[in-house]
Amino acid sequence: MRQKLTIPLFLALLAVMALVPLIGSRALVQELFMVLCLLVLALNWNMLAGFAGLMSVGQQLFVGVGGYAMFAAVILWGMDPLAGVLIGGVTAAAISVPVAFFAFRLNGAYFAIGTWAVADIARLAFGQWKALGGGTGTSLPKGAAQDMAGVVPIRALLDVSKAAAVDVMTYWLALALAAVMLAASWVFLRSRMGLGLQAVRDNPVAARSVGVDPTRLKALVFVLTAFGTGLAGGLIFIQIGRISPDAAFSLLDWTAFVIFVVVIGGIGTLPGPVIGVLVFYALEQLLADYGTVYLIVLGLIGIAVMLFARRGLWGTFLSRSGFDPLPLGHSAPKSAT
Amino acid sequence: MIWLDTLIQGILLGGLYALFAAGLSLVFGIMRLVNLAHGDLIVLGAYLILGLGTATGLHPFLAAALALPLMFALGWALQSALLNRVLGDDILPPLLVTFGLSVVIQNALLMGFSADSRKLPIGPIEAQSLPLGPVTVGAMPLITFGSAIVVILGLNWLFYHTALGRAFRATSDDPVTAQLMGIRPRRIFAVATGIAMVVATIAALYLGARANFDPAIGPARLLYAFEAVIIGGLGSLWGTLAGGLVIGVAQAMGAAINPEWQILAGHLAFVAVLLVRPRGLFPRAND
Repeated sequence: MRQKLTIPLFLALLAVMALVPLIGSRALVQELFMVLCLLVLALNWNMLAGFAGLMSVGQQLFVGVGGYAMFAAVILWGMDPLAGVLIGGVTAAAISVPVAFFAFRLNGAYFAIGTWAVADIARLAFGQWKALGGGTGTSLPKGAAQDMAGVVPIRALLDVSKAAAVDVMTYWLALALAAVMLAASWVFLRSRMGLGLQAVRDNPVAARSVGVDPTRLKALVFVLTAFGTGLAGGLIFIQIGRISPDAAFSLLDWTAFVIFVVVIGGIGTLPGPVIGVLVFYALEQLLADYGTVYLIVLGLIGIAVMLFARRGLWGTFLSRSGFDPLPLGHSAPKSAT
Repeated sequence: MIWLDTLIQGILLGGLYALFAAGLSLVFGIMRLVNLAHGDLIVLGAYLILGLGTATGLHPFLAAALALPLMFALGWALQSALLNRVLGDDILPPLLVTFGLSVVIQNALLMGFSADSRKLPIGPIEAQSLPLGPVTVGAMPLITFGSAIVVILGLNWLFYHTALGRAFRATSDDPVTAQLMGIRPRRIFAVATGIAMVVATIAALYLGARANFDPAIGPARLLYAFEAVIIGGLGSLWGTLAGGLVIGVAQAMGAAINPEWQILAGHLAFVAVLLVRPRGLFPRAND
């Protein structure tokens, strides 16, 4: 019953977010774009680590592959950047299959290091791709982003410059991606497969005994989150407009921040990443002038959360209040009276 | 002859990687704790040696000797105050805590020492070399490799010939039964991390003497070190040395073909070994 309230609230929030470009400044739109992309990455990582128990330290692999595939589509094949984003997602998912065959042979901590090593291999290998600038990287051709589908109607609608219209376009796409990802996560986690996944996380032996195949489910989550992460990667690098191996496969930007966001918000909870990204944004605004202090504070908060409130802000809220506006379980069927 | 030379350089480099990895291997073998901050702690050790050397005017080798007890205390405190609280069946909390620690140490060093790269001033020995049959090897790489062997021998002796080592092995095999025999796992863990930090300090000395270092290089060292541990197999210190040699030789071979391929070759060797032997070359314990 409570969902009846949650869904309209979610839609209302979405509508407000969608209206930001009409009232907010261009800088705000750009900032919120990055926050939304971080949210998409966080939702995906939370699905992996929080629900499937796959502690990956190598998600920058899929961000980088998504970004590079988008660049290749635009520069080498002259495609529209938006098609490039889709190709980025598909390529990331395709690459995740052989990576899974390797990484799934490794358990726990080995898995973390294995995924990280694979991401570093990709960073070094893409540095050898001379057509896309090798180690120093390359920029999107001038105007490629501005000729993107959808930019012209936005210009007509909002009466802004071409570059600003590109920002609005990527912002709306990021918002849509985040919303779809959130909704899809919710539906997936409440589905038969999602329940199986949570059962495996809570008690692998009992889950197997009722016929859940953990490896198949985890592999599915690995490939699906690679797809989502790859899409985000493509989108991020349209906005940035420039790609290099070190930026595309950055452990700090695409995995470390994401891990902190999820841990602070509440790992293994669905709203956790949303809360975490809000805290992250607030801290960023507060400590923007202090550079490295900001990272130290983030690290200390992450450690404190793990010590004192393992399920993060959202998990603490749930256990204190006992009120769950977004339940992942199903309520018991009403008994016939 | 150039290939023999490359091979020997690779083996000597592997000694350095084995030093990076030995502390990690010890901690991982005893308590299944993956310390993602290990690389940054090595870099911290290098700065500590540099600071002590500058403050006292001592040679880095002597400054490192001063740093050893400090780093032991740091490891002991870290394990007692922080890491013992997150050990358990769930592997996520220790990974996330040490990951946070890594970011904190890295940025604290960046604040304290800036991003400038530093080097430990070890004097004329840096440039000396010895003719060894058909090839010539540097004195420092040779000392590094010798230290790695001594450290592994020492740790093995500690592990298999002392009461403390027996407690290490007992806790590693079955912490509950070990407690029945009067061993306190948490204390044992604190001592183990202290020893790991001692080894890390030795690694830091050779890291700083060999090449420039700056606050950001920790994670890459951790990655090489962990690859060495995994290649060697859980709980085997000689395996860790072998793993270090595999990474070192692969990197030297890769660099000989194309300097850009050095790191890549190391990673590929790691993947190749794991595809054939997912538990590493010489696993002692089950994880």
